[in-house]
Amino acid sequence: MKLDYAIDIHHLTRVEGHANIVITVKDGQLVDAQWAIVETPRFFEVMVKGMSTERVPFLTSRICGICSISHALASIRALERAMNITVPRAAEQIRLLAMHGETLQSHALHLFFLVAPDFANTSSILPLIHSHPDIVRAGLQLKELGNEISTVTTGRCTHPVSLVVGGISKAPDKVQLQKLLTRIRDTKPAIESACTFFRSCKLPAFIRETEFISLYNGSSYPSIGGQLMSSEGFNRDENEYLSMTNEYTKEFSTSKFTRLSRESSVAGALARFNNNHNLLHPKAKEVAESFGLRPVCHNPFMNNIAQLVECAHILEDAEALTSVLLDMELRELKTSYTPRAGSATGAVEAPRGILYHHIETDNEGKVIQANCIIPTTQNNANIHYDLRAIAEQALGEGKNDAEIKRLCVMLVRSYDPCISCSVH
Amino acid sequence: MRHQGFTFKKLKFASFEFTCCEGCQLQLANRESTLINFLELLDIRNFRELSSEQHNNFDIVFIEGCISRHDEVDRLIKIRRQATTLIAFGTCACFGGVNSMKNKFSIEEVVAEVYPDMVVETLPVKKISDVVTVDISIPGCPVSKEEVERIVVSLVTGSQVTLPKYPVCVECKAQLNTCLFELGEICLGPITRGGCNAVCTTGKTPCLGCRGPSEEINMPAFLELVNERKLNLEDLREKITFYNAFEGFINYEA
Repeated sequence: MKLDYAIDIHHLTRVEGHANIVITVKDGQLVDAQWAIVETPRFFEVMVKGMSTERVPFLTSRICGICSISHALASIRALERAMNITVPRAAEQIRLLAMHGETLQSHALHLFFLVAPDFANTSSILPLIHSHPDIVRAGLQLKELGNEISTVTTGRCTHPVSLVVGGISKAPDKVQLQKLLTRIRDTKPAIESACTFFRSCKLPAFIRETEFISLYNGSSYPSIGGQLMSSEGFNRDENEYLSMTNEYTKEFSTSKFTRLSRESSVAGALARFNNNHNLLHPKAKEVAESFGLRPVCHNPFMNNIAQLVECAHILEDAEALTSVLLDMELRELKTSYTPRAGSATGAVEAPRGILYHHIETDNEGKVIQANCIIPTTQNNANIHYDLRAIAEQALGEGKNDAEIKRLCVMLVRSYDPCISCSVH
Repeated sequence: MRHQGFTFKKLKFASFEFTCCEGCQLQLANRESTLINFLELLDIRNFRELSSEQHNNFDIVFIEGCISRHDEVDRLIKIRRQATTLIAFGTCACFGGVNSMKNKFSIEEVVAEVYPDMVVETLPVKKISDVVTVDISIPGCPVSKEEVERIVVSLVTGSQVTLPKYPVCVECKAQLNTCLFELGEICLGPITRGGCNAVCTTGKTPCLGCRGPSEEINMPAFLELVNERKLNLEDLREKITFYNAFEGFINYEA
């Protein structure tokens, strides 16, 4: 067996964006393990300067092609809080449903297109179309439903059209909502098929204790706004986002790193699950229990399962929300406002974890300063130190370079990194 | 691959992304009800976001995003040499897209704002045709998967690839929407290329021109429309520069 080698994965595949994994082993011992993001920065915090209030969410949604609804809503929430704008209740419900659509679409993309091939030992989902038609069908059904929810609520599945400061620019059509309700109910069996497949997959046993950060409101599973909760046992106000993230740069990464109580922390499905498990729908709790997923779980590979649990929760909650919307008057969905000076944070639970936009405006409501802190940025340090720990563990177990490479790649994919988003 | 008595060859296909949000590539995995049939048309040689299998022989290549670093220039030139047909895929590739807003600021200012304690290389944003020859452009932020499906079918069957020549306005009117100009809002629908099914204006938000100028664009008449209604010219500027898609049709000093 080789004792000296370097694993250099240049532009990791089946992830969003460009990043490398570099691992160096000498005399059978780990020398270095690095999570190096090389994505080109776009500088959204500079581009948004001087922009009018109403246009901001249309720009910031373009930070990410997968979680554009979250970005739009983080900006909208920051601006509405800065200007004290109260949104009609129906618009709030539509936004919650839109978030569900995005998360379902994102989780399904990750679980079936990016992760499933690892467990089936294929390079992509394409061979699975023939070898595992049931699982591909289930994945496509869930993803399609997610996109459908986003389209009905926001006008389009990527880069939302009708999410605006003050509310919603156009009400969803009730006929479409009724069709959506039927579709949600019809898609539930897909969760069972997905669970059957993932129960047959053996997730690597790896644990490194860490800190989990998510939103928390005490009454519902987190989505838009709330307190900032750490699994170390404390909560902070939404505006205190800087003290929860403490961003810093690493010379080998164009995406920043963050830390709070430890050298690294985690955001995302597993963090939400660990911090809010009791607020999940009973059906979602059943799914978690069937995988032996219990809080506080420190195995990063279980983030995949936490996403599946959230898919189950979303189907139940989206059904309830759609029913509520069908019973509501959907006419006045937007509060009129006069743009003015203010400053606030908008935090939302994007598919991959807590997302912060902080925006300061001048007297005309034009942006003076903005700061966006992305979920993947908050996971970078944890991925980086996990790579070191898993490589050391694997070397200790006598695994060879090919086995270590496979483990590291699967580990990073488990975090579902959204790399171009993190290098906004 | 046989269809109605004809034999077609799959496209030797590759997709690469540069500076962007990767939302256009994501559309390739959308429209799930037709996805398996769509993928049947492609022999995927290189598509990093979707597959770990990577080969360097391909004919048709989709380029997503704009160019903002030297290594991207080199990578793009290399891809151009390998491809028979290069397609600028999405608004960032076709026009620079929202990323072009960076060009209003100096590079020093831009880097200092985001990375005050680190050296980061970035260039003023370029569209793909500023660096290499583009054979076909598919605009949209994001692209319309329906349109992409149509174009891919044209490429497979060897028929001519076309985009709608008429403006978004035509598609908006066909949906019986109230004109946003009538509601006192500047909308770029009259000057923007159709093909999006007027998705934004149907959602009661103004068109920001992501698909670029329509054929036979009448800019003076459009400006007259804005002026006679005494609409806000600052708002017009914000909208028309949003995607950098009307460069040359209207000029604003940076």
